[in-house]
Amino acid sequence: MKQAISINVNGADHTSEVEPRLLLVHYLRDLLGLTGTHVGCETSICGACTVLLDGQAVKSCTMFAVQANGTNITTIEGLAANGQLHPMQEGFWEKHGLQCGYCTPGMIIAATQLIDRNPDPSRDEIRHGLEGNLCRCTGYQHIVEAVEYAAKKTAAGK
Amino acid sequence: MSKYVGKRIKRTEDPRLIKGLAHYVDDVRLPDTLHVAFVRSIYAHARIAGIDVTEAVKAPGVVAVYTGKDIAKVGPVPCAAALPDLKVPDYRVLATDKALFVGHPIAAVVATDKYLARDAADLISVDYEELPVVVDVEAAAKGGPVVHEQFGNNVAYTLTSGEGDIDAAMKSADTTITQRMVHQRLAPIAMEPRGVLARYFPGEEELTVWSSTQIPHLLRTQLAIMIGMPENKLRVITPEVGGGFGSKLNVYAEEALMGWISIQLGKPVKWIESRRENMQATIHGRAQVGTIEVGCKSDGTLTGLRYNVVADLGAYHQLLTPAIPTLTGLMLSGAYRIPAIQMNVTGVFTNKMSTDAYRGAGRPEATYVVERAMDIVAAELKIDPVEVRRKNFPGKDEFPFHTATGLDYDSGDYEAALDKALDISGYAKLRADQTKARSEGKIVGIGMSSYVEICALGPSQAMPAGGWESATVRIEPTGKVTVMTGASPHGQGQETSFAQIAADELGVDLNDVTVIHGDTAIVQYGIGTFGSRATAVGGTAVLVALQKLKEKAGKIAAHILQSDAAKLSFEGGRYSLPASAAAPITEDSEPEVGEAPAGALPDPHTEGKTSLTIQEIALAAHIAKELPPDMEPGLSATYFFEPKNFTFPFGTHICVVEIDKETGETKFLRYVAVDDCGKVINPLLVDGQLHGGIVQAIGQALYEEVVYDEQGQLVTGELMDYAIPRASQMPWFELDRTETPSPSNPLGVKGVGEAGTIGATPAVVNAIVDALSPYGVKHLDMPARPEAVWKLING
Repeated sequence: MKQAISINVNGADHTSEVEPRLLLVHYLRDLLGLTGTHVGCETSICGACTVLLDGQAVKSCTMFAVQANGTNITTIEGLAANGQLHPMQEGFWEKHGLQCGYCTPGMIIAATQLIDRNPDPSRDEIRHGLEGNLCRCTGYQHIVEAVEYAAKKTAAGK
Repeated sequence: MSKYVGKRIKRTEDPRLIKGLAHYVDDVRLPDTLHVAFVRSIYAHARIAGIDVTEAVKAPGVVAVYTGKDIAKVGPVPCAAALPDLKVPDYRVLATDKALFVGHPIAAVVATDKYLARDAADLISVDYEELPVVVDVEAAAKGGPVVHEQFGNNVAYTLTSGEGDIDAAMKSADTTITQRMVHQRLAPIAMEPRGVLARYFPGEEELTVWSSTQIPHLLRTQLAIMIGMPENKLRVITPEVGGGFGSKLNVYAEEALMGWISIQLGKPVKWIESRRENMQATIHGRAQVGTIEVGCKSDGTLTGLRYNVVADLGAYHQLLTPAIPTLTGLMLSGAYRIPAIQMNVTGVFTNKMSTDAYRGAGRPEATYVVERAMDIVAAELKIDPVEVRRKNFPGKDEFPFHTATGLDYDSGDYEAALDKALDISGYAKLRADQTKARSEGKIVGIGMSSYVEICALGPSQAMPAGGWESATVRIEPTGKVTVMTGASPHGQGQETSFAQIAADELGVDLNDVTVIHGDTAIVQYGIGTFGSRATAVGGTAVLVALQKLKEKAGKIAAHILQSDAAKLSFEGGRYSLPASAAAPITEDSEPEVGEAPAGALPDPHTEGKTSLTIQEIALAAHIAKELPPDMEPGLSATYFFEPKNFTFPFGTHICVVEIDKETGETKFLRYVAVDDCGKVINPLLVDGQLHGGIVQAIGQALYEEVVYDEQGQLVTGELMDYAIPRASQMPWFELDRTETPSPSNPLGVKGVGEAGTIGATPAVVNAIVDALSPYGVKHLDMPARPEAVWKLING
């Protein structure tokens, strides 16, 4: 019944035998121990489980691990490079873009895709770009400021 | 003087959170952990004629299956609220003969894997005999099906509160307004659902429970009683907690069950709540239906207020369920002088999940009816809503201000906050713009709310079981400062704000301070985080503990420096001899704190010095060779702070909305909030609390509602159906503050955790009603969904 899959996660190759019904988020959390990706709703609404799959933000709670076979995945743990925070992580810290922190990994991942596609987003574009991610603590304003910070910092670094 | 307090300092807890390295309950991994899945009632009211677990027991990976009869020895889910003649049903941790709400747990399956546990739970067959259901709270109060047969009816309690001669007050009024108002049932929706991990150590006979809770110590005490084990063998750890909003200020059946199952099986046992379970079986909030009656003179002066309300308690009492409406009664004076106030509340059982404390907990209901009533009075008398409010404010010199609800408001300047909000919003111009917009056919409304709330819960006399908070502060031999708080922050940021208090008080670097919370084996007993109390009560405990510690440090300093403690100065973390006696400090006399060789402590090098840092004193206090006679070694202090009064934050919110004629959708044009939460430790965190609080209030005003159908089925069973606010729907908040210190604590802080949620809801609804007033609309009930608004516009 189990199927062999091979997935590159945060730059490292992993080969596993998994049940076809195993959700991608449980593969990441339970098999690989990458518990930074959270489960908030199991229905693709809240976005706490967002990861990058071949550069695209996906909800890992409604995707099977076998569907990710042969892909490259980036989780929150893989965002900082060489001990340097990603500008988006820095933005969330600087602008107080998080409180309880539970939505934060998914929010940060989704926001990196947002500025990847639109390097200089307006506040409205940021808000619409984060439609798929819910936060119950911050009221979103500091998150918008965090994304603006990251966009500016990323632009300056290019 | 203060280097940290009052500054916008970014949070010390953030690095682990933004890197994905924090540990919420489900991130704590123990070998051989078993996983639990629940069978929950699919009916709102049913007799359980039988439970067939035969297939489940045989399923792969299954270790055990438990039903109500197996766990009869585990005590009931506790209710801490004490009200006269309160009916308290026996709330077993698993349903036995009857299920009383959809989601009521009936059986627990334990398996080696969470998928296998779920598979096996689906093999359990429950033989239900459906019973008549009672869903509507007003109908439940009057008669019909009864939730708890033994009580004969659904009324759990009735209570009348308030002061003054209400009948005379109403008679003396020139005008009386009456309005029925609905506070719909809400779901708190912490982004992290609940979760419990329990590990029993059979040899030590000790149980450790990791739970996503706001009250680790209270939970430990209750679990000890429920499970029947010594409290000192029980340890509760709250790892990272992903939001609470009151929903984790509780003791739940699942917490006791995990502990008990782990004891039975001798292995770690974990249950992580799904969002569906969270919607069904984690407490809800609000759910009141009431009629407000306000009497006033023709100039708008208030003479009296009466609120008759029915509160939907759900099927059982959770920890504070029946007490929540009593907080509504306390806050019915709002920001106003009202000579007579009366609340008549009826608490009613229904076949639904329990209601309990959800951010604001009874106060938003009070603020909403009072602030809606002020607008209705203004409309009735054709006076500007601003002026009706201003006329009835107590003056800033009238504090402490006694209300007819029996409270003494600590301090306030309500007019200053109002004026600032008017100024920032440009109120006069807003009204002119509104007239112009209306002439162009636009539907634009301006709404305001001047609120007062009650925080820093609270004096123990007014609380079910202790209203104090505790702190221990310790300077370690290497000079690092440890602060242990009995509060249990879960997103509020007290690891940072308490470190700010400690760093300033001790004159040390912020990074030298670590704040520990949420582990009953490490931290002295505490009450927890709720009721906007952590900083006002818990922060004060930290402050006083620091002062006690410094008193001792000063004595040690005086002893070593051969002076009197009273003669030493303390500045920048250093005790110094008076200038006349002081000699310059040479560089090489600095101690090597933090660089101790293994097995030894560094030499404090105190000889010949004219000043000592408090960190050097800590080292000396541990080496204990230079202490005054009879002094205890070490440098730590503990303090339990008992507040003398609550605190009363206040403010004015003004918002402008535009309604789409075609769709009925409400959009924000402006949102201005001027809040006064007393002294501010960290403005960045205060802004964050306000933003989040206001958004939850807007959620209630516009989108959110827990819906049960007439069979008691939960229609809003997932986040697909229960609409919490999204980024694109929310306005840009223009925040400002006034700062009126609270005399209730030496920090002068009032609290801010719930202010936004309490203050904002009526401002939004007032704006919508104002917008719709040309259509003859005088009131509409929440949530103001586009459909409802569209119908009002289009007849």
